[in-house]
Amino acid sequence: MSNWDVVIGLEIHAQLQTQTKIFAPDGASYTEDVNKNISEISLGYPGALPVINEKAIEHSIKIGLALNCDIRSNSVFARKHYFYPDLPKGYQISQFDLPLCEGGHLEFSLNGEIKKVGIERAHMEEDAGKSTHRGGYSLIDYNRAGVPLLEIVSKPDMTSGAEAAEYARTVRSILRYLDVCDGNLEEGSMRCDCNVSLKPAGQKELGTKVEIKNINSFRFIEKAIDYEIQRQAAMLEAGEVIHQETRLYDSTKNKTFGMRSKEEAMDYRYFPDPDLLPIHVSEDLIEKIRKDLPELPIDRAKRFTSEYGLPEYDALVLTADKALSEFYEKTAVNCKNPKAASNWIMGDFLKRFNDSGLELENIKIKPESLGELIVLIDRGELSGKMAKSVFDQMWDSGDKPENIVKEKGLSQISDPDEVEKIVDKVIHNSPGQVEQYKSGKDKLFGFFVGQVMKESKGQANPDMVTKILKEKLES
Amino acid sequence: MIESISGFQKKIDQGATYVNECEAAFKRIEEKDKDLNSFISLNKEQALESAQISDERIKNGESKRPLEGVLFSVKDMFCVSGTKTTAGSRMLKDFIPDYDATVISRLKNAGAVILGKNNQDEFAMGSTNETSFFGPCKNPWNNKFVAGGSSGGSACSVAARLSTCSFGTDTGGSVRQPAHFCGTVGLKPTYGRISRSGVVAFASSLDQTGFFSLKVEDVFKTAEVLSGKDLMDNTTSSKEVPKWSNNLELQDLKGFKVGVVKEFMSTDLDKDVKNALDDSIEALKKRGAEIIEVSLPLIEHGVAAYYLVATSEAASNLSRYDGVRYGHRSEKAKEGQVSLDEFYTLNRTEGFGREVKRRILLGNFALSSGYIEAYYKKACQIRRLIREDYFKAFERVDAIIAPVASSTAFKLHEFDGKPLKKFLNDYYTVTVNLAGLPGLSVPVTKNKDNLPIGIQLIANQFQESNLLKAGLNLEDEFKFYKEVPNV
Repeated sequence: MSNWDVVIGLEIHAQLQTQTKIFAPDGASYTEDVNKNISEISLGYPGALPVINEKAIEHSIKIGLALNCDIRSNSVFARKHYFYPDLPKGYQISQFDLPLCEGGHLEFSLNGEIKKVGIERAHMEEDAGKSTHRGGYSLIDYNRAGVPLLEIVSKPDMTSGAEAAEYARTVRSILRYLDVCDGNLEEGSMRCDCNVSLKPAGQKELGTKVEIKNINSFRFIEKAIDYEIQRQAAMLEAGEVIHQETRLYDSTKNKTFGMRSKEEAMDYRYFPDPDLLPIHVSEDLIEKIRKDLPELPIDRAKRFTSEYGLPEYDALVLTADKALSEFYEKTAVNCKNPKAASNWIMGDFLKRFNDSGLELENIKIKPESLGELIVLIDRGELSGKMAKSVFDQMWDSGDKPENIVKEKGLSQISDPDEVEKIVDKVIHNSPGQVEQYKSGKDKLFGFFVGQVMKESKGQANPDMVTKILKEKLES
Repeated sequence: MIESISGFQKKIDQGATYVNECEAAFKRIEEKDKDLNSFISLNKEQALESAQISDERIKNGESKRPLEGVLFSVKDMFCVSGTKTTAGSRMLKDFIPDYDATVISRLKNAGAVILGKNNQDEFAMGSTNETSFFGPCKNPWNNKFVAGGSSGGSACSVAARLSTCSFGTDTGGSVRQPAHFCGTVGLKPTYGRISRSGVVAFASSLDQTGFFSLKVEDVFKTAEVLSGKDLMDNTTSSKEVPKWSNNLELQDLKGFKVGVVKEFMSTDLDKDVKNALDDSIEALKKRGAEIIEVSLPLIEHGVAAYYLVATSEAASNLSRYDGVRYGHRSEKAKEGQVSLDEFYTLNRTEGFGREVKRRILLGNFALSSGYIEAYYKKACQIRRLIREDYFKAFERVDAIIAPVASSTAFKLHEFDGKPLKKFLNDYYTVTVNLAGLPGLSVPVTKNKDNLPIGIQLIANQFQESNLLKAGLNLEDEFKFYKEVPNV
C-alpha cells in the first residue's frame, strides 16, 4: 500500500433523542405501528409549515461543543430537493452553506497512539420516512419522517479502516455521554457513510472519492474501508480510473458493490428555506450549554488516571462507554479500592459481559455488590479463589456476595483462635509427621497446611494457617 | 343585498336573523354566480350551522363576537377543515384537509360565517383568473372582461355583493389588482403580520393573506382579528396589532406626507388610470396632505427580480404535489406498470396546468447549479436593494400613492400566448411584496367600459395605520362603494 496515500472522511448521521420531531409536534419515536406519528406537517400537506424544535437545537449545540466546534450565531436552514416517495415535501430541510456547528476536532487513542481528526461541520436536518419495496409496489412508513438528525462531517483526516472505526466509536461514545442519541448503528439511530479515496504517495491533490453508505457496525466500517482501499489500489495499479460513485457494503461477502454513479447525480438546488427564519443562538445560551456539559470520555479518562491512579490504558477502556465508566466508578467508590475495582472489571467482569452480548443495564450484578465483594477480599474474609466463585454466582443470580458466602458457608476463617484450634487438632492427630518434621524434614510443612485446609473445608485464612503452624511446630 | 359589516350588524340589531341572511346569500349566489363563476365550492352546511350558533348566542344574551355572523368567502388557497381546498388546480380538485388554516380558525372564533371557496388562478399563478382549472371568473361590471387575479373570485364575489368580505392571497399583487379590476377595497398587510399556516403556498417569502370588502373600515376590522403572532408560522411577527377598529373616524391629512414615485409617473399609463391617479393626488392634497416626489431607482428590475424569486420558491413549494400521499394520481399510474419516474411525470403532467408548469420550469432553472448565481441570487440582491430604496423613501413620507396597474381589467383571453406581456403588468404591485410592505387598493372611479379603477397606497412595514388614514380620505372623496354592478 506504500505507493498510495489513503484519505478517509466520515459522515455520521445522529438521530437526536427528542420528544417530538424537528419541525412538527408528532412523536419522534418510530418503533410504534406504522404511520402513527404523523401530522400534516410531517406529511407535507398543503399549507403546513415547519416549526423548529428548540430541544433539537440545544442537543445539536451540545454535540457541537463536545466536538470542539464553533457554534454559528446565525445559521440557516436550506431546502435540498429530490423526489422520492418517502420524502414528503420533495425536499429535505437541511443546512447548506451556513451550518450550526463548524471547525471542530476530536481526539482518541488508537493502539496507544493519540489521533486527532478534524470536524468540518455538523448540521441539522430532518430524517426521511422508510420505504419497503415489495416487487411491484412499495410501502412507506412516515413515522421516521422529520425525526431530527445532526450530520457530523469529519475532515478527510483518516488513513485506515481501524482509525475510521475508532473515530466512529468515539463519536458514539460522546453522543451517549451527552445523552442526546442512543448511537445504535444496527437500528439506524446512528448511520455512517465513509468517503474513501487514494492518491499517489506524497501527491497534494486528492483522488476521486467513493462513498460507502449505511454500514451497520463498527467492525464492518473497518472491514468495508479496508476492502475498498485494496479494491481501489488494485484498480489504480492496473491503470484503471476510479469513478465517483456510491457503494454498499455486503458483510457476508466482505465486498463493496456499486449502487449509483455520481455522474447521474442530482442537482439538489439548495436555497434558504423561506419558511424558517435563521436560527439565532445567543452567546448566553452557548455558555449555559457549555457549563452544563457533562464530563466527556477523554476528560473522564484523565480524571480516572489522576484520581484513582489507574494506568492510562485501563482508564481509556473503562471510559469508552458511558455506562461502563459509571459502573466502574460506583464500584470503586463502594470498595474504596479503585485499582482492585479496575482489575475486576477489566478482567472477570468484561469477559462475562462481552460473552453475554447484553447491555450493561440488563446485567444482574450491581456495582454496589461488586464493591462489597472487593471489601470482603480486602478484609481477608474471602480468598481470591473463593471470590472468583462468588463472582460467578453473583453474575448468574444477581445475589449479594454476603448472602452467597453465608448460604454456601464460604466465608474465610480469619479468627486466630479458630485457626489455632484446627491447627492443634491436626498436630494432635499426626504425631508421626510432627516427629519427622522436627527432625528436619521441612518438606512436610505443606502436608500440615493441606490437612488444616482440609479440616477447615478450605476456609481457613492461608496466611494465618502458615503463621500459626510455624509457631506451633517450631516451638 | 350584502351590506358592509356595520350595515349588516345594524340589520341584525333591527331583528333580522343570521340564518335568514345566510340563506339569502346562498340564494343570491345561486342566482348570480352561474355566469360570474366566483365560487369553486359552497360551504352551505357549515355556514348555516355557524349562523345558527350566532342566532343562539344573541338569543341567550351573549356578547357579539367581532365578526358575528358576517358573511365571508375565502379564496380556495385557505384550508378549511372538511371542505374541498383546490388551489384552483386539478392537482387538488378532490383534496379535503382535516385542518383549518390559522386565519380560518381565527375567523371562525370571531364568529364569521364562511359561505364558500372563491375561484382563483391555479396555485395563485396568474393575474386574470384564467389559469383556474375551474374556468375563469368574470368581471361583475362587464362580463367580457376578467375579474383579475390571482384572487379574482374573491374580489368578484365582494363586488357583486355575494359576500360581505373575502380573503385573498397577495404574492405579487393578487389582492390589490383584482380589487382594482372589480372596484373593491383590497388590503395586503405587511409580510409577517398574518399567519400563512394552512394557506396553500405559492412563494413563501412573498405570500400574504389579504382582504376584500366594499369599505375601507371593513378590511381593517377583518385584519385586526386575523393579525398577530402565530406559533405555527415562524415568519409571523410578534409586533403588537393596532386597534384599527377604534380609529375608523375620518381625519384630515394635515402634516401627512404622501410620496409620488418619479419612476411610476413616467410610464405609459392608460389615460383613464392616469386621470384617476391625478384626481386622487389632488384629493389628498385638498385634504391637507403634502405631496413629495420620491425615487425608487431600481424599480425597473422589480418584475424580473420578482419572477425569479417567486418561481424559485414556487418550484420548491410545489414539489410536494407528487400524487403519493394525496392529490391527483393519474389513471395510467397503475401499480407495477410504471416506473417511479413515470409515476411522478404522469401525476404532475396531468395535475398541473400550463402556467404552473411554466413557473416550475423557470424556478428550477433559476435555482439549478451553474445558474443560481446569475438568477436566484442576483434577484435576491436586487430585492434587498429595492427594499432599501423603499425604506429610504419612507424616511420622507408616510405613504406612497401609485397606480395598481397600468390599465383597467383585461379582456378575456387578451393575453393568450403572451405570458411575458402578462408578467409585465405586475410592475406596480410586485415590489411591494419584494419589500414586505403593506398596500391598499381603493376604488375611485370607472372608465367608459364601466370598468372600475383603483388607486394603490403603500406604507412602510407595519404602518398599515397610515394606509387606513389616507384610504378613508380617498374613499370619502369618491364614495365608490355607492356604485353597484348590474349582475
